[in-house]
Amino acid sequence: MNKGEILTMSKPKALIITAAGINCDRELAHAFDAAGAQAEMVHLNTLCRQPGRITSYQLIGIPGGFSYGDAVAAGRIMAQLMRQYLYQPLVDAVQRGTPIIAPCNGFQIAVQMGLLPGPADGADWPSEPPQPVAALAPNESGRFVDRWARVEVPSRTNCIWTRGLQPSAYNAMLPIAHGEGRFVMESAREIDALDSFGQVAIRYAADDNPNGSMGDIAGICDRSGLVFGLMPHPERYTSWLTHPRWTRLDASQRTGEPIGLAMFRQAVEYSLAGVVV
Amino acid sequence: MTTIAVAPTVVTVHRIEVSSRPGQRDALAEQAMRTLQQAAGDAAPRDLHAARIFLIEGVLTSAQIARVADELLTDPVTQQCVVGASTSPEAAVVEVHPLPGVMDPDAEAVEQAIAAMLGITVSVRTGVRFDMYEISAQQSKQLAMRHLSNAVIQAVLEQPYHPEAFAHGSKYELQLVDVPLRDLNEQQLTELSRQAHLFLSLEEMRAIQAQYRKLGREPRDIELETLAQTWSEHCVHKTLKSTVVYSEANGESDKGLPRTGVGGLCIEAMKGRPGHVLNADGTITIHNLLKSTVAAATQELIADGIDWCLSVFVDNAGIIAFDDEHAVCFKVETHNHPSAIEPYGGAATGVGGCIRDIIGTGLAAQPIANTDVFCVAHPTNWTAETLPAGVLHPRRILNRVVAGVRDYGNRMGIPTLNGAVWFDDNYLGNPLVYCGCVGIMPRDKTAGDARTGDRIVLLGGRTGRDGIHGATFSSAELTDTHADEFSHAVQIGNPMTEKKTLDAILTARDHESGCLYSAITDCGAGGLSSAVGEMGEKLGATVQLERVPLKYAGLSPVEIWISEAQERMVLAVPAEKLAALQDICELHEVDCTDLGTFGTADHELVLNYHGTEVGRLDMRFMHEGVPDTTRVAVWTPEEKRATVPATDAQPSIQDALLQLLAHPNIASKHWIIQQYDHEVQGRTAVKPLVGIHGVGPGDAAVLQPVAGSTQGLAIANGLVTGLRDDPYIMALAAIDECVRNLVCVGADPDRIAILDNFCWPGCVDPQRMASLVRAAAGCYDGAKAYRTPFISGKDSLNNQFAADDGTTIHIPPTLLISGFGIVPDVNRCVTMDAKSAGNVLLLVGDDGAMSLRGSHYASMFGCGDAELPIVDLESGPATARQIHALIQAGVIRSAHDVSDGGLLCAVAEMCIGGDVGAELEIDDASSARLYHEGPSRFVLEVLPGDLQRVQNICAALVIGTITNDGFLRCASANVNMAVDELREAWRNTLDW
Repeated sequence: MNKGEILTMSKPKALIITAAGINCDRELAHAFDAAGAQAEMVHLNTLCRQPGRITSYQLIGIPGGFSYGDAVAAGRIMAQLMRQYLYQPLVDAVQRGTPIIAPCNGFQIAVQMGLLPGPADGADWPSEPPQPVAALAPNESGRFVDRWARVEVPSRTNCIWTRGLQPSAYNAMLPIAHGEGRFVMESAREIDALDSFGQVAIRYAADDNPNGSMGDIAGICDRSGLVFGLMPHPERYTSWLTHPRWTRLDASQRTGEPIGLAMFRQAVEYSLAGVVV
Repeated sequence: MTTIAVAPTVVTVHRIEVSSRPGQRDALAEQAMRTLQQAAGDAAPRDLHAARIFLIEGVLTSAQIARVADELLTDPVTQQCVVGASTSPEAAVVEVHPLPGVMDPDAEAVEQAIAAMLGITVSVRTGVRFDMYEISAQQSKQLAMRHLSNAVIQAVLEQPYHPEAFAHGSKYELQLVDVPLRDLNEQQLTELSRQAHLFLSLEEMRAIQAQYRKLGREPRDIELETLAQTWSEHCVHKTLKSTVVYSEANGESDKGLPRTGVGGLCIEAMKGRPGHVLNADGTITIHNLLKSTVAAATQELIADGIDWCLSVFVDNAGIIAFDDEHAVCFKVETHNHPSAIEPYGGAATGVGGCIRDIIGTGLAAQPIANTDVFCVAHPTNWTAETLPAGVLHPRRILNRVVAGVRDYGNRMGIPTLNGAVWFDDNYLGNPLVYCGCVGIMPRDKTAGDARTGDRIVLLGGRTGRDGIHGATFSSAELTDTHADEFSHAVQIGNPMTEKKTLDAILTARDHESGCLYSAITDCGAGGLSSAVGEMGEKLGATVQLERVPLKYAGLSPVEIWISEAQERMVLAVPAEKLAALQDICELHEVDCTDLGTFGTADHELVLNYHGTEVGRLDMRFMHEGVPDTTRVAVWTPEEKRATVPATDAQPSIQDALLQLLAHPNIASKHWIIQQYDHEVQGRTAVKPLVGIHGVGPGDAAVLQPVAGSTQGLAIANGLVTGLRDDPYIMALAAIDECVRNLVCVGADPDRIAILDNFCWPGCVDPQRMASLVRAAAGCYDGAKAYRTPFISGKDSLNNQFAADDGTTIHIPPTLLISGFGIVPDVNRCVTMDAKSAGNVLLLVGDDGAMSLRGSHYASMFGCGDAELPIVDLESGPATARQIHALIQAGVIRSAHDVSDGGLLCAVAEMCIGGDVGAELEIDDASSARLYHEGPSRFVLEVLPGDLQRVQNICAALVIGTITNDGFLRCASANVNMAVDELREAWRNTLDW
């Protein structure tokens, strides 16, 4: 066996689920590749017919975009299809320890299909997709906005994608681009509970909340920390050359790892740790 | 005997209302309220609630309806739903529903979702319900009709709409219609052209008459329609390809401009050009204006060694080499007339159409960037009372065209990266909407040709009556009754269909067995008639029209053939590859239909409908039969036409700065830019807004098109309508501005390609035709001097509005130059935001005559007798190359072009972008010096230690230093202003 084959074998495979209107699939695949995984794109219609294919992947990405045109509400129709055909296979994947990332439209889908925030501590995943308990409502401004927002990683989070990241001030930013990204739950109590169980994976800086999300929440994870949904796009920030003000940073400031790439690297490392080579 | 639960068998329309739960924010209502308050002020209702209405026609049980309502249509956390219609005794209820046949993308998606959930086929329509409080029913209907709907596509109802059944169209019975034409006299031919909306000239009608006399029969309706589409101004660009006899009134050239040499254009200077012949009477004849100017420049540049143009002017977009493996292509289209009548749908389908041009270039390119430029009237100058009949308010137009571009571009997953907005009241009834798209493709996929025997395959959306006569409509003048007469030419797009079609096409292009088709083009203006007609021009084609998938029954073969229904592509597919293509389309849920065959014995176009031949046309007559016309152009150099006479009381430099920064042309466009996803695909290295807080107005955006490569692609435009008094000078300035924008971020001026988009008023008038000739001459001179080949272009003529009072508003001649250029290394990119205190500010480029004419300052405060500033065709290109050398050397901290608003506005924008101050030391700091908009100038920021290096390469004048106290100062002009104040003035105007 030559060295190239060993390298290929040791790369975890990442499944990127594409569908009508999904449009951030290529950059999500690129981010996984840049972090050391090997990404493959598979169409939702293929997966619905062959859900067993999911078992051959060690990482999963539900990309951003406007699935099915975001008709009715952002992510609604794709979430319905996934509730029907892919809920159990994805739950099985989580229980096998497969990290799942769902940025933007993916987050909207994950919340509506019942993958996030997931069951309470100690409870099993329900056998039927549960009713959503959170929503990504229209932005407070009432319109789509694309800009970069400053973010913070809560120190108590158990999200394997963000845990322990301590980006420098100018690195702690991610791009957002959405019209429906205001994270809401029934009341502040549910938000506090999420936080107390380490399920808040990433927040907007309190003075830079772009959509009015409760608790400045930008992204959450399930109790296991494996399933990570967020409105920002870490996959669009895997190189300093996409940082919004890199032309103001000198070369010495651009040497660290962009926070977006760091998230994918952590998941790939997590996955590798569990892979018997 | 067991009883079986009886399923309902009757088709019923079910109605579901979905609204926000009490206590939750209601985005739909807030948006409607904001619109009403802005447009109607005190007449707006005190309060307003909104609900989305879903009408579902099908055989469903009440349990199934409840499941659809609860699981599919309602968010359990934030929303509630009612099956049927809720009652609201205190409110005036109005509902807005799309007219039958109007595209309703959400409805299509819900139909699909219900089919997946329940396995049941249903028809869905959506609408919106508004409950308005403390307002009469009549007032609420008025408000909804005026401000919340558009009668061209929507109906407003005073009560909840719950029809018993949907109208589904009726079966079509074939009728063959001959149009008697051979015996008509000239007047009758003209009448026929007008009444049948053919928009053909008398000469063209006579050419058709001669052809059918020769054939010994009358034309079928479908043949006549095909010719009208194929010969429309929109499709063949008759005016720009015509022969022009150009002269100067009184034999004079521009007053005040030299008759020869670099500084102007006169007949003497034109006579040696390609296709230009000097006549004995002193006039000049130009054969095929476009070929002899814009295209000639490219041909000369290619002959002179430019070897990176891969396809120019022949395909749906121009193609240049990017690197050894990739090519990039660029196309810019306009969608002006549809946007005047239905700005949202007009702009959205404009974007969609331009994207399809890119998908239909070569063997398909992947779209990687969109651009958009709008020209509208000043929103603050018009009220409901002063607005002419048949005209939408400019604020509404801008709001809705932005929404249209946003919704289409964002859904397609294509970043919208560059644009501009120009305000001028002459765009009142005829706004301009330019949409551009850039694509990338493998170098071996840049060309394709249909072959005899290939199947004619239609991919994408279904065909309806929408968009019929779009090509001819766009070639005509707008009038106050156009909204009624041409409502069928207006469409709503469905970006989902286009995205799925794109996904399927790219999969087929990159198929493991090789590309599954031999040619591809889009169905744009003229619909199938143009697409099949063009692809089969050299081969002939046989089409079975009954196979075209329809949105609803009842379309005649003519309607099927010329419908411009959106989101359709035509492919030439070798028969043995059809099955593989169909499999891909099935996976992506895209309709894929085999319509017939390319290639007939006599190179004819044969149209069949259920086995009956309904039309037969000679391809050669279709494509070459349009008579060549000769246009007369007479240039009358007008006396100094200062836009506003100089007033006695000129503002102080400070006041002028605030007013200029607040001028809508100059003011921040963040309200628009941030609604566009400019970062999807993850390739955007320099964004449209730059600087420390992401507010600085970038000169150009830069992409990294190829993952893993640091070679970049910069995208920008030049639009200098202020210089319209001489379109020759305007064209030079637009090219200069476009090049400067690209060079400022790091593009190599020797690797820039450009595009022309002429939007002109009607050119039957010799003076307007002459202005078009001069603009084209400017394109020729400018492209050659800057060595920027034109690779593609488009024109839209007859941009004028005939009001009901008999007056006609002509748009100013408007030339958009779009450009893209190679950035050798993205790591060297420079942005316009000032970086650090202590750095030196430099002005590079000749300050020249410092003429205010044509400037924004002059449009506001007058300028006296000055002359239009003109590009120096030697120093302008040379300066651009010096700036590039400096950027490559890594000594430039920031660079910004001096354009709209002049030098002081450029410096102010740099300070705003970097959130720093500046101390300027400028001799002779007059209004003219600080605010003239003379071309070819840059402001640079360099480290003090690099000053000498810079001055060794170019003549750079030190004009000041960057400071960190947050003030812009210029003692010699009594300027001492907080940058915060400048930013506020600059950001407020369009902070909608």
